[in-house]
Amino acid sequence: MSISKIWVLAESADSKPTSITLELLTFARGLNATVEAVGFGDSSESIVSELGNYGASTFNVVTDVNDSLPGVPVASAIANAVNSGNGPDLLLIGATYDGRDIAARLSAKLNLPVLTNVTGLESSGDDLIAHHSIFGGTQIAKAKFTTDSTPQIFVIRAKTFGAEPAGGGAASVNQLTAGDLGATNGAKIIARHVEERTGPKLDEADIVVSGGRGLSDKANYSMIEELAKLLKGAPGASRAIVDAGWVPYAYQVGQTGKTVKPTVYLACGISGATQHLVGMKNAKNIIAINKDPEAPIFSVADLGIVGDTQKILPKLIEELKARA
Amino acid sequence: MNVVICVKQIPDPAAPGELDPSTNNLKRDSKLIMDDSDSYGVEMGLQLAESSGGGEVTLVSMAPNNETSGLRTALAMGAAKAMLISDPALAGSDALSTSKVLAATIKKAQPDLIIAATESSDGYTGTTPVQLAELLGLPSVTFAKKISVEGNSIKVERQTEAGYDEVTCSLPAVVTVTAGVVEPRYPNFKGIMAAKSKPVEEFKVADLGLSADEVGNTGARQVVFEVVAAEARQAGEKIIDEGEAHKDVISFLEKLKLI
Ligand SMILES: Cc1cc2nc3c(=O)[nH]c(=O)nc-3n(C[C@H](O)[C@H](O)[C@H](O)COP(=O)(O)OP(=O)(O)OC[C@H]3O[C@@H](n4cnc5c(N)ncnc54)[C@H](O)[C@@H]3O)c2cc1C
Ligand SMILES: Cc1cc2nc3c(=O)[nH]c(=O)nc-3n(C[C@H](O)[C@H](O)[C@H](O)COP(=O)(O)OP(=O)(O)OC[C@H]3O[C@@H](n4cnc5c(N)ncnc54)[C@H](O)[C@@H]3O)c2cc1C
Repeated sequence: MSISKIWVLAESADSKPTSITLELLTFARGLNATVEAVGFGDSSESIVSELGNYGASTFNVVTDVNDSLPGVPVASAIANAVNSGNGPDLLLIGATYDGRDIAARLSAKLNLPVLTNVTGLESSGDDLIAHHSIFGGTQIAKAKFTTDSTPQIFVIRAKTFGAEPAGGGAASVNQLTAGDLGATNGAKIIARHVEERTGPKLDEADIVVSGGRGLSDKANYSMIEELAKLLKGAPGASRAIVDAGWVPYAYQVGQTGKTVKPTVYLACGISGATQHLVGMKNAKNIIAINKDPEAPIFSVADLGIVGDTQKILPKLIEELKARA
Repeated sequence: MNVVICVKQIPDPAAPGELDPSTNNLKRDSKLIMDDSDSYGVEMGLQLAESSGGGEVTLVSMAPNNETSGLRTALAMGAAKAMLISDPALAGSDALSTSKVLAATIKKAQPDLIIAATESSDGYTGTTPVQLAELLGLPSVTFAKKISVEGNSIKVERQTEAGYDEVTCSLPAVVTVTAGVVEPRYPNFKGIMAAKSKPVEEFKVADLGLSADEVGNTGARQVVFEVVAAEARQAGEKIIDEGEAHKDVISFLEKLKLI
């Protein structure tokens, strides 16, 4: 099957397309097809110029999402486009909260399969081959669709591709509508709660400082936050301390959390379970502090320190403060 | 309020997983257990049924070899009964075919609320519950960390990138819950004994009005055709802290010109 038109799901925050959107556009540009974005919400100048800069010629924006959770209306609008012959051959969607909803709704509407949690995508002849990281990232399963029906739908994890601007002009805006959605559209957002956070985002930061159960106590997580701040990085966490309620889920790194790829990942009191490793083992450099010399985290660490976080972190903080 | 809870029965995640070399499907022939991720949904469903003045809690599971051990765990926690779909034709099903099977089964129970986990521990596509909602013509709210029933609708706190959204949703609906949001109860002895005699109704693909080629390896319309070893990362230097190891971290960061 040859691909002539690609749609990339465009999501935005703070009047900017998200980094996963730019990563997917960058990859799509390499496929020798028309590249367009599809999304909802903000279609202001700063969004369309950035989408264009990364290679989208058009931004197809669904205009009647209103206060609905986006999954249903956005999938319906895309399905309408597909059913009237204006849809894409390939749809690239980021593995985000709303991205997964949209992919799943669309899959059922169009009776098409989805390849999910994709960590690599390569073209081979007419096929696109998806890589899935399995068994804690020790093996890669290569999968492809066996149907010629389109669009092919892939849900891709963050940091699978790098983001590079192409220097194109602003994308033109094309409006899509979802129409009447009946009972499926019963979920409405009535209020948004934003947790205050400063510094770079976890999946965009150059340095990530993560803490785990080895910190022993919730109060000790403040050392992770302080270190992250001193290093202009972002604080992260293992699932153990997210489940324990020390930090919100948004901090979690790993299979069921974020995939990060910073220049340095500093793991403090984290054992290195396979489900944690899949989320961070592609960091350029890994430093681990753990009191157990046999901790699995050391098998991926460029610098491993066998020691007590409660002793080492205060000294590290003091030293960095002295230099600031 | 009648609640259906999806319970996936999976190989023990602590045991190393294995693929069948002839099909590249995950091997599921060992004893299966209730996916830990579903224990939160079971707890949430039991609490909601109780707080809304009773109502029946029914479990639904699609699993090989008529497996019921995971279902018995959830029945011991307090669910009233279970529906189990087991059929050799289902081997190799993808998420969409799984949702077709679950949808056809759940239709029979006519629930007010359907609960699933945001993603399973083994396949973790996280798409099945929303595909299921679409097939049933229902709204869905994913990533719920709190659910309360208010008359004929529910109020949900849905996790977002920045915090959480407050969402209202008409019933019937599908909701997926995240791990750690409630404390799943431990089945007590009485519960375990009672679970042994609770009804588990079994279905085959044909009982659901689905054809065999809509499910299993044929229905999946996707194939894992190769499995290769990932590039392994080499361990670097390991230092034992004798009071000065923070300096090694500093010089590591200095070398990278990050400080
Ligand atoms: C389906 C599934 C999905 C999962 N997804 C994720 C995920 O996305 N992310 C994730 O992180 N986990 C995930 N997990 C959980 C994972 O298996 C581990 O349980 C978890 O990562 C452990 O967190 P931890 O390393 O903080 O805790 P532990 O494993 O308890 O490790 C604590 C470590 O701290 C060390 N330590 C203790 N005291 C000190 C001290 N004073 N100084 C220094 N070191 C000390 C110990 O030696 C130990 O190595 C998942 C599990 C499952 C089954
Ligand atoms: C490593 C791996 C990768 C895979 N990749 C893909 C892929 O890219 N695309 C694809 O379509 N399929 C994929 N599959 C197959 C998929 O996992 C199975 O089809 C599975 O039956 C349903 O998907 P899930 O486990 O991902 O469910 P999820 O969507 O993650 O499940 C969410 C929740 O739905 C409920 N649920 C799911 N399955 C059942 C069940 N059988 N019985 C009761 N409740 C259930 C549970 O509450 C569960 O926690 C993959 C499988 C593996 C092992």
